[in-house]
Amino acid sequence: MKSATPTEPVNENGAEPRKKRGVPEGLWIRCDGCGATIYKKMVEERMGICPEPGCNHHFYVPARRRIEQLLDTDSFEEWYPNITSRDPLGFADRKPYPARVKDEQAKTGLTDACIVGRGYLRGRPLICGITDSAFIMGSMGSVVGEKLTRAIEEATRLHLPLVIVSGSGGGARMHEGILSLMQMGKVCAALARYHESKGLFVSVLTNPTMGGVAASFASLGDVVIAEPKALVGFAGPRVVQATVKQELPEGFQTSEFLLAHGFVDRIVARQDLRTEIARVIDYCVR
Amino acid sequence: MPPQYRLPFEKPLVVLEDRLAEFERVPDPDFSLRDQIRTTRLELKKLRREVFEKLDPWEIVQVARHPDRPHSSDYLELVFDEFVELHGDRSFGDDPAVITGFAKLEERRVMFIGQQKGHNLKDREKTQNGSPHPEGYRKALVRMQMAEKFKLPIVCFIDTQGAYPGIGAEERGQAYQIALNIREMSQVDTPIICIVIGEGGSGGALAIGIGDHIAMLQYTYYSVISPEGCAGILWKDRKYADKAARALKFTSADLLRFGVIDEIIPEPLGAAHRDHRSTAMYLKGALQRILKDVTAIPKAELLNRRYEKFRRIGVFEEVGA
Repeated sequence: MKSATPTEPVNENGAEPRKKRGVPEGLWIRCDGCGATIYKKMVEERMGICPEPGCNHHFYVPARRRIEQLLDTDSFEEWYPNITSRDPLGFADRKPYPARVKDEQAKTGLTDACIVGRGYLRGRPLICGITDSAFIMGSMGSVVGEKLTRAIEEATRLHLPLVIVSGSGGGARMHEGILSLMQMGKVCAALARYHESKGLFVSVLTNPTMGGVAASFASLGDVVIAEPKALVGFAGPRVVQATVKQELPEGFQTSEFLLAHGFVDRIVARQDLRTEIARVIDYCVR
Repeated sequence: MPPQYRLPFEKPLVVLEDRLAEFERVPDPDFSLRDQIRTTRLELKKLRREVFEKLDPWEIVQVARHPDRPHSSDYLELVFDEFVELHGDRSFGDDPAVITGFAKLEERRVMFIGQQKGHNLKDREKTQNGSPHPEGYRKALVRMQMAEKFKLPIVCFIDTQGAYPGIGAEERGQAYQIALNIREMSQVDTPIICIVIGEGGSGGALAIGIGDHIAMLQYTYYSVISPEGCAGILWKDRKYADKAARALKFTSADLLRFGVIDEIIPEPLGAAHRDHRSTAMYLKGALQRILKDVTAIPKAELLNRRYEKFRRIGVFEEVGA
């Protein structure tokens, strides 16, 4: 089947990149964007962007690395690192949910799919949240919902700008069932209060941002910035294709598609994110 | 009237229902026939209880999706005394998958917002079987803001498999519109009642599902993902939907246990599709009671209570806290 986006093949559920999560092991890697074999170290030095001329493919970046890229060196103070998930449904697919969480923790070095905290961006204080698409597809369960909600409540209390970088192909995490869906309500309610308090929320969309994450906090930024060619949308492209039974338009559900339809304010390459966010803060925060 | 469309597990019921219908068609029943009618009715009642007492989650999904199950439009007829429909979203169009307007319930006036499926093929096609587009959610939001202005309580009937996953829906910002509805509903300063009357399909349901009192009819489900979608992801095949239905814990009883909903509104024996009138009667009774309760919440407390209602949902562990 034809892939829905030029950058990432998608799997059955239509939202998650099929192969590797993160830059693959080894010295050399293949770019999903231009197909060139490139030196891994060069990609890392370029913030996970393909060094081939004219390519500009943005690779996946782990949450901690994202913090380093975005915030001033050593300025990040992580909050609520000790919140971990439980298994309210007694959910098991190919493995029980608690075992899955343990494996994902070992694989990513994270306790769950998001980290939040306070830091500085070019000297500007802010509250920051990052979701990591490597941890159960960056999906939002109770832990992600709770951490983001607390972070937003703190941002409201401290009158600080809020930046959330989303990377979530999984949307609301099905392993926690209805409790995950309700996290959308919880986080959005906190955002409503933050919005009322005139707080600035910059939402950064990265590849992929889908489902319940796209349909809650990620879409609600005062300013919505997307990295180039990220897959962003409500329903997964495979689901859409199965429903409409026709070829999807070129570039469907990419950052560029959203920009053209009015749901993204700016497409910003990763190396420019710091500058751009700082500039937005200076217009909105006094 | 027995329902037109029969579910697999209803087969034993159907035999009796057909027999009873046949008896009842006889114009002047003699004594022995009347006796037979009586015993068949009793037998049927017993069997209905047996079948419906032990429905498994996948069977509940099928009941919730039953084409003869009453929809928003039916309840507008059977529960409400007046309905003044208000069309359109003032921006793009008029999504038939969401019905909105002023409605009167005895002496109370409310703003009604209901997801609508339709009973015949033509209507179901028009509404995409009750799957709204962004303009449907915008239509709902426009009415809610109006209800806030005129101090009308809002009644939302949820009945969707999910927001429509189409090309136009994505182009017109399905994700953004759902997100916006959720955020705005948490701040709409008038009482909101949400009742799942059939299917509570994920974000498409939650987009009209933030309120002060959340209820579910007995044989409905409310889920983060459709059982078919879940099965497709976990077991690579939608045919395991029954397995997914059990795993997702999404029946009304489950949600009450999780503290996500406030109450279950009972359905008549044999479920809503067998008896629209009784279902509507139960629903009306519950709605009147709930309306009285939510409108009695002090105005200053309403939004805080709504915030806390969702704020406390979530199950996690916190070490060293």
